[in-house]
Amino acid sequence: MVFTAEDYWLIALMSILVIASLAMYFIKDLVHAVIVFGAYSLIMVVIWLLLNTPDLAITEAAAGICTTVMMMVVIYRTNRREE
Amino acid sequence: MRDFILKRVAAVILPFVCVYGFYVIFHGHISAGGSFAGGIIVGLSYIAFSTIYGIKKGRAKMPDKVLTWAESFGTLWYGIMGMVGISRGVPFLANKLAGVDLGVPGALFSGGLIFYIGLGVGIRVASTMITIFFTLMEDDRENAA
Repeated sequence: MVFTAEDYWLIALMSILVIASLAMYFIKDLVHAVIVFGAYSLIMVVIWLLLNTPDLAITEAAAGICTTVMMMVVIYRTNRREE
Repeated sequence: MRDFILKRVAAVILPFVCVYGFYVIFHGHISAGGSFAGGIIVGLSYIAFSTIYGIKKGRAKMPDKVLTWAESFGTLWYGIMGMVGISRGVPFLANKLAGVDLGVPGALFSGGLIFYIGLGVGIRVASTMITIFFTLMEDDRENAA
């Protein structure tokens, strides 16, 4: 099986996705976790672009930012630290 | 959050964000994007406005009545556009079958009813996002009494 340059980019980006998801689980400060979630969705946008779906990339960018904002508001209403 | 620079930069950028959202809604059928993504962008421009300028000013720009009407209208508009097909004697949401002029491929008005359906969905999504944000940001002390 021959890997092209695009495949190596995809593997690198997807490993960043795995690291970001694990980081979200282990980080105790919820604001930091939400920022990592924003980075996750940004990496996801690049992956959608590499997979030739700009439609989903735009939706992911908009929805990712919107979820980040909503989670920030929820943290503002509740506790910042996870017990 | 009441910073002078932030307010001036937001005043320059946010109108373009809003117009870009409508651009994405209207060009949903001929380019990337769609009514859902465009609706979220329009909603986000209002959310950013009310975070920067204060929730009171944001609420003054988007009263509850307008939000309720926009939300109901978006859903109703989708149904009305679907009824066009039924009124012509063809299935629900039929486009070309209903005899709608499809226009030149690639032009803005080339999707028949899809352009108008997208407008309804976009308004609906935008108002839903703003409603969720306002509901979360609501001050509990106002409703306690």
